[in-house]
Amino acid sequence: MTEAASRLPVSRLGGPEVRAISRIDIGLRRRYAAERRFRAYGLAAVTIALCFLLALFGSIVGKGYTAFQQTRIAMMVDFDASIIAPDGDRSPAAVLSGNAFRFDDLIAASLQKTLELDPDDEDGLYDGLDLLSKGSAPMLRSMIAKDPSLIGTKRSVDFYATGDVDSFVKGTIRADIPESQRLIKDKHIALIDKLEKDGALHLAFNTGLFTNGASTRPEMAGVGVALVGSLYMMLVVLVLSLPLGVAGSIYLEEFAPKNRWTDLIEVNINNLAAVPSIVYGLLGLAVFINFAHLPRSASLVGGLVLTLTTLPTIIIATRAALKAVPPSIREAGLGVGASKMQTVFHHVLPLAMPGVLTGTIIGLAHALGETAPLLMIGMKAFIVEYPTTPLDPATALPTQIYMWATEPERAFTERTSAAIIVLLAFLLAMNSLAIILRRAFERRW
Amino acid sequence: MSAVQAVTPFETIRTPDAASRPVKIHTVAVKVTYGQKEALHGVSIDIPEKAVTAFIGPSGCGKSTFLRCINRMNDTIAGARVEGTIKLDDQNIYDPDLDVVELRARVGMVFQKPNPFPKSIFDNVAYGPRIHGLARSKADLEEIVVTSLQKASLFNEVKDRLNEPGTGLSGGQQQRLCIARAIAVSPEVILMDEPCSALDPIATAKVEELIDELRANFTIVIVTHSMQQAARVSQRTAFFHLGHLIEEGPTDHVFTNPLEQRTQDYITGRFG
Repeated sequence: MTEAASRLPVSRLGGPEVRAISRIDIGLRRRYAAERRFRAYGLAAVTIALCFLLALFGSIVGKGYTAFQQTRIAMMVDFDASIIAPDGDRSPAAVLSGNAFRFDDLIAASLQKTLELDPDDEDGLYDGLDLLSKGSAPMLRSMIAKDPSLIGTKRSVDFYATGDVDSFVKGTIRADIPESQRLIKDKHIALIDKLEKDGALHLAFNTGLFTNGASTRPEMAGVGVALVGSLYMMLVVLVLSLPLGVAGSIYLEEFAPKNRWTDLIEVNINNLAAVPSIVYGLLGLAVFINFAHLPRSASLVGGLVLTLTTLPTIIIATRAALKAVPPSIREAGLGVGASKMQTVFHHVLPLAMPGVLTGTIIGLAHALGETAPLLMIGMKAFIVEYPTTPLDPATALPTQIYMWATEPERAFTERTSAAIIVLLAFLLAMNSLAIILRRAFERRW
Repeated sequence: MSAVQAVTPFETIRTPDAASRPVKIHTVAVKVTYGQKEALHGVSIDIPEKAVTAFIGPSGCGKSTFLRCINRMNDTIAGARVEGTIKLDDQNIYDPDLDVVELRARVGMVFQKPNPFPKSIFDNVAYGPRIHGLARSKADLEEIVVTSLQKASLFNEVKDRLNEPGTGLSGGQQQRLCIARAIAVSPEVILMDEPCSALDPIATAKVEELIDELRANFTIVIVTHSMQQAARVSQRTAFFHLGHLIEEGPTDHVFTNPLEQRTQDYITGRFG
């Protein structure tokens, strides 16, 4: 039958029809060519995007990976009781008070021993001290205050080298430029070589990068305070924007009458999503700080401002997810006598959950990287101490990156990249979580 | 209301039932408007108890709209307005004092496309009894589920997989699951909106058989596009056209001896 059907038009219609068929063929060729071109454009676009992404990651990781290691100088320290506790009081309070220079004396003594210096060689001692971070004495003091049983013992302590020594060891400050233009002088290089040969100078994993707060000395600076600040802000954003956004979307999508007012609200929510985030920062400054008198630089205020920027995103995503639930499920629920609220919470919302969670996490990820509004509310302060509550001053990861990016030291350059890597790692983790949650909540239809 | 009827050029032709049954649903001049458009121009009909009443008519004639008035499903459509009287056992269902949730527990509904919840077969059937608090214990609930599935002639096919998702069943099984879900809350009336239009002939035959069995306990109103189906399952048939109820009477009467020309034309396939 199919054979007969395919043969029939040709045998019956002859010449002109054949030309008509070939004309169709030409059209087909053009259409296929158009399709191939479109595919090629797509492939090219994806390739270019991937190249840029690779270049971006390559440059950040290439600059930043060295910051995860840090130059340390191991020295034997004699925790001399007569220096640390001259009046015999070994309590942490006594260690922290009194003459601060006594810890410098301890370091000088152990440095002399490590470098095998003549006790009278003051120049040699100062050259050696140049290698050590200026934060070494406070570090030693807090170390003893934390563990007073160290007093009277001898123990090897890993001191931080200065940022410049660190950069030199990592090769970012090169030895082949003229000494006058070099931050590390020849005498320092000689000492570094000697320490390296003795095994005192070594590279270790930079835990301080994750635990320390702000510092003017790059070797002592870390994103610890920024991490805690960002964490507090994310908690505030999650606690406020998820329930508010989801409840608001459910009301607008399922319960609110469809009239001019709800149309107006919908248009304005879409507008709010497009408002530049720095405007939210100004709003936060005016409302939360100047009017409500919440503390400046507090992660609570940052969280509130970021909640405002995130809410439209979450509402739009949630409404889209609710809209995508087929109306037949609502009818099924109502049909067996469930109330509207029961229908929404038992059937519609669980089905919309993957979309809601994805939207929320994408919104949170966006908020995590938001910088401009935080600058407006003063979250770019120099904060050394960990914030204990969201009301304490803190910084955030993106503002920390912004602050470090403006520092001139080489060691801050690599730390900027390292902080970006940390931020990107968090974003990646959050997006993976979004995918995992989506898979977990997705039901087969 | 009488004024509305007076201006209506259509007078419904009614043939009384030989074996007269008590009236379950009584409607007078039901008008439905969607925004500016009037979809139903005053429908008055008495639906008998424990019998199958079929609504037939071409697409867009208002039969589904009318069906959805009976359990107030039209409330969910923005801009829909219903006028007239619909009484279920002498109780006006559009009475402001009447609870719509309670009404829907008394008037169940089966939809055109099978729409089981994306939950287990058990939970699908148990959902209604659970929210209405019909079961006092877990054993009670299980009994309701099993009986409902049996009444829907589905139990033997699914008894080994009650915990599997209802959406994994075949189309015909899904529709019977929806019927089981509807009867689990022991409604008095079951409304069916083209329940077989998405099913193959074998599944259709099963559902039709089931409708015939359910007639003993429930008042059933079915909207259908298939005149053969109406003839097979219903005792009374109502023919709708362009928002008017043209003719209603005992099914065999309507199909073999219609009194109205348009009914004759429709059932013989001349239009629609």
